[in-house]
Amino acid sequence: MAFFDIPLPVFMGQLLIGLINGAFYAVLSLGLALIFGLLNIVNFAHGALYMVGAFVAFLLLDILGIGYWPSLVLAPIIVGLFGIVIERLLLRPLADLDHLYGLLLTFGLALLLEGAFRHFYGVSGERYAIPDSLQGGFNLGFMFLPTYRAWVIAASLIVCIATWLLIEKTRLGATMRAAVENADLVRAFGVNVPLLVTITYGFGVALAAFAGVLAAPIYSVNPLMGSNIIIVVFAIVVIGGLGSIKGAIVSGFLLGVCEGLTRVFWPEASNIVIFVVMAIVLIVRPAGLFGKAA
Amino acid sequence: MSQSNAHSSGELSHLADEESERRTPLIADLRLWAVIGIVALLIAPHFIYPVMIAKVLCFALFAAAFNLLLGFAGLLSFGHAAFFGFSAYVTGYCLQSLGFSAELGILAGTATGALLGLLIGALAIRRQGIYFAMITLALSQMVYFVCLQAPFTGGEDGLQGVPRQPLFGVIDMTRNINVYYLVLAIFCFGIFIIYRAVHSPFGQVLKSIRENEDRAISLGYDADRYKLLAFVLSATLAGLAGSTKVMIFQLASLTDVQWQMSGEVVLMAVLGGIGTMLGPILGATIIITLQNELAQIGSLTTIVQGAVFVVCVLLFRRGIVGELSHRWNRWRGRSDGRGGDAPRTVQES
Amino acid sequence: MKLLRTMLLAGAATALASPALAQDGGISDDAVKIGMLLDMSGPYSALDGQGSVVAVQMAIDEMGGEIDGKKIELMTADHQNKADIGSNLARQWSDQNNVDLILGGANSGVGIALQEVTSEKNIAYINNGAASAALTNENCAPETGIHWTYDTDALANGTAVAMVKEGNDSWYFITADYAFGHKLEENAMDAVKANGGTVVGNVRAPFPTQDFSSFLLQAQGSGAKVIGLANAGTDTQNSVKQAQEFGIVQGGQKLASLLLFLTDVEALGLDASQGLTLTTGFYWDQDDMAREWSAKFEEKHGSKPTMVQAGMYSSALNYLKAVKEAGTDEAKAVVAKLKEMPIEDAFSRNGKVRADGLMVHDMFLAQVKTPDESKGNWDFYNIIRTIPGDDAFRKLEDGSCEAAKG
Repeated sequence: MAFFDIPLPVFMGQLLIGLINGAFYAVLSLGLALIFGLLNIVNFAHGALYMVGAFVAFLLLDILGIGYWPSLVLAPIIVGLFGIVIERLLLRPLADLDHLYGLLLTFGLALLLEGAFRHFYGVSGERYAIPDSLQGGFNLGFMFLPTYRAWVIAASLIVCIATWLLIEKTRLGATMRAAVENADLVRAFGVNVPLLVTITYGFGVALAAFAGVLAAPIYSVNPLMGSNIIIVVFAIVVIGGLGSIKGAIVSGFLLGVCEGLTRVFWPEASNIVIFVVMAIVLIVRPAGLFGKAA
Repeated sequence: MSQSNAHSSGELSHLADEESERRTPLIADLRLWAVIGIVALLIAPHFIYPVMIAKVLCFALFAAAFNLLLGFAGLLSFGHAAFFGFSAYVTGYCLQSLGFSAELGILAGTATGALLGLLIGALAIRRQGIYFAMITLALSQMVYFVCLQAPFTGGEDGLQGVPRQPLFGVIDMTRNINVYYLVLAIFCFGIFIIYRAVHSPFGQVLKSIRENEDRAISLGYDADRYKLLAFVLSATLAGLAGSTKVMIFQLASLTDVQWQMSGEVVLMAVLGGIGTMLGPILGATIIITLQNELAQIGSLTTIVQGAVFVVCVLLFRRGIVGELSHRWNRWRGRSDGRGGDAPRTVQES
Repeated sequence: MKLLRTMLLAGAATALASPALAQDGGISDDAVKIGMLLDMSGPYSALDGQGSVVAVQMAIDEMGGEIDGKKIELMTADHQNKADIGSNLARQWSDQNNVDLILGGANSGVGIALQEVTSEKNIAYINNGAASAALTNENCAPETGIHWTYDTDALANGTAVAMVKEGNDSWYFITADYAFGHKLEENAMDAVKANGGTVVGNVRAPFPTQDFSSFLLQAQGSGAKVIGLANAGTDTQNSVKQAQEFGIVQGGQKLASLLLFLTDVEALGLDASQGLTLTTGFYWDQDDMAREWSAKFEEKHGSKPTMVQAGMYSSALNYLKAVKEAGTDEAKAVVAKLKEMPIEDAFSRNGKVRADGLMVHDMFLAQVKTPDESKGNWDFYNIIRTIPGDDAFRKLEDGSCEAAKG
């Protein structure tokens, strides 16, 4: 059976791989959207922090012998704490200025982090093995699905849904949503908004680090791994509607799949398809698929 | 979130060229500087490696073109590498494969910059502030991938050994010194255009849009058209700078279309001083010199640039020239005893 | 500020001196100056980079650090895989330092750019590590430019021909989508077809790619017996590793990595890379001479030399010998002298520099050992056979360097 002359196995395989990439996009754009929602900052350092997450996992293993599973929890916590320091020391003084300064500062931060890791580790990439419990794979008939890739999809979905529930269904989430709408009013109710902002930044950054640990065994741990993905994730966030949690998650997965399908039909265009979609969305719906009209 | 747009465009205002407020003395200064600068640049190649100064001039023009948009129209483009780099490819192709003479090649590149600016600008000005920055970034990344894969760009290898075709078909361009004077002429021309644009009624309208777009619209100005015009002008001059670079280095490569290049030009403008005439020129000079000094170790350049960025944004947002002229004004104000020119503080949001 | 000062001095010097002082033989400005432009921090820094500097320094030391009382000076810089940075540095070295030889490292884009600059400035240029055969074809500069260690032709010929002859006659290519990959793919396709094989398809992967899974799936779906990887460096490592993850080799298809370095195998580990067939210009364990030199190299650098690093040593050593014999460091004279000399050292077997600037020498067809076969560190290859230089490289008359044919 074939679909436009493309054998079905290839088609289904690419669909699945698109979903795997989409999983990374979703977790990353979710963090970006959270941060943007509360801080109004486009966190340019998000890609660099994703890279740092992968490196922390690598260093935990290399220096302390701590394996994949503990790292999956530890690395996001470590990088999240690092994010809290960044927020307190660097971003807080900019809170009342034009938001473009936040963009510029985090851009500088991204260069600093990337340059520092390049300086010490080069760009050839460090190996990080797939944990033994996730070795091997399933034969799905149309393709051989490595267990680890299946785990990536599952883990991302769990994290995305949990985050969404946290924001939609809990008291903390309600406060956050309220702070996004009107920070002054929430402050008047006695909520410590600056603390909320700090926690949100830390959490968003921890999500990036989580994606980094997930990615470590698939791609080599490389100082430049975050520098190109961040632009794609930016485009996805614009498509989903800046600051929309649901938009970030859905368009993350959707565009991963979209990219996968392009690889089947026109591989050379797979790099630009997301940007083309972004341009179309901007013309048709400037606020993004899930964004409120400006 | 949507309401953030309205004030975000206004907040950059403290970066505005303060010369507009105190016209005579600073403009006199500027003219004096211009004369001194041009004389110095005319004799400089006898003392300093001309290719090096030509490179600085080229990036200074690029940064000034970028600054026209950010400093005077309040639009932060994170995709200016697209115009710079793509124009370079077109010029390179025209010189190498079509055998254009130098001025036609540069003209073709510049026109390409304008056209691309029109396309990207029309899309990007639909949003403001941060959205604008991200959209320009994403669209320029698209241009990057086109350059990577289009048949005429030489892909990863770029265009190499582009011939320095004679200027007007007669003036020999193979000598470094001749190229240098061509670049100097182009640089002066470009800066003059920017100066004229900023100090024309057009520039005034741009500033009023930057300060308060709604009010400008209510006064009957078609804000989008003005912004698009500023975008296209900026892109054209960025394209001119990119085309000129081909004459200097005889190559066009992916480096110039990468988003890191867009970041670099932002850095040059921010470091020197957004919204000043001299700032971007100074910023470009510092960054290019820095890159040359650190050329041995690529990663160190990145670290230093990142650090400069962070320090600039945290400690002196006016940039070097902005900070100096701000202090000068304050000092002068005090000695005049006139007061009244206390720094326009950043508005609280 | 040092740079600024040298720039000022050089500027003043060029302003005073008339530009074209005729060279009357002898060694210019009392020194032989070698400039190395390499990837010191990028994807090729492990196989080239600092190790190449060490290797060239070994060659200089072997000459006693001087030629007829004239010092040998070495400068190095990182081209960062950017053609503009590389050619700009070369221009500066030429205009300000009067460099005599430029040794270019991996990256075809930079390699070709340097060829243009050096031939224009009349500087001797030897490249090790840039694979593209264009350096001695459409972009050749036979009077000044030499391509030393290997080229895409030799790599494709060695591996593809050997595998087709073993009955692996249907191929699918995963190609790095830039000039180097295209050239390697083109050369390999020609070799496959010329030996009776078929090419069932190909896919172009952006450079660099982290995730090859979708390309590997297409290759898997094609049913070809061999998946040819026309890529290099981290791309190769990622594609080999992920091919293992997706069970491609277990599924009965073979992988052919058309350009694989010793350091790639080290990075991948033998588990992932065992059984790969490859073509190499040098292997540290190829014979006694190579072993002896490689041991010295390992002492200084901490790893065995890759073929690029060994090639760097060889090219610098022979260049210096040619300068000594010619009695001048004028580029054309030295290159002409190099073309008369037999090239025989720790790196090269039966080597000669041909009219078009290609250094023709014996290549080796090798296979990566299994973890059981390997006796430990760096014991990675079984040499299957030696490919004589004339068979490995393209014939002069088949090339497109018209300047060299006359």
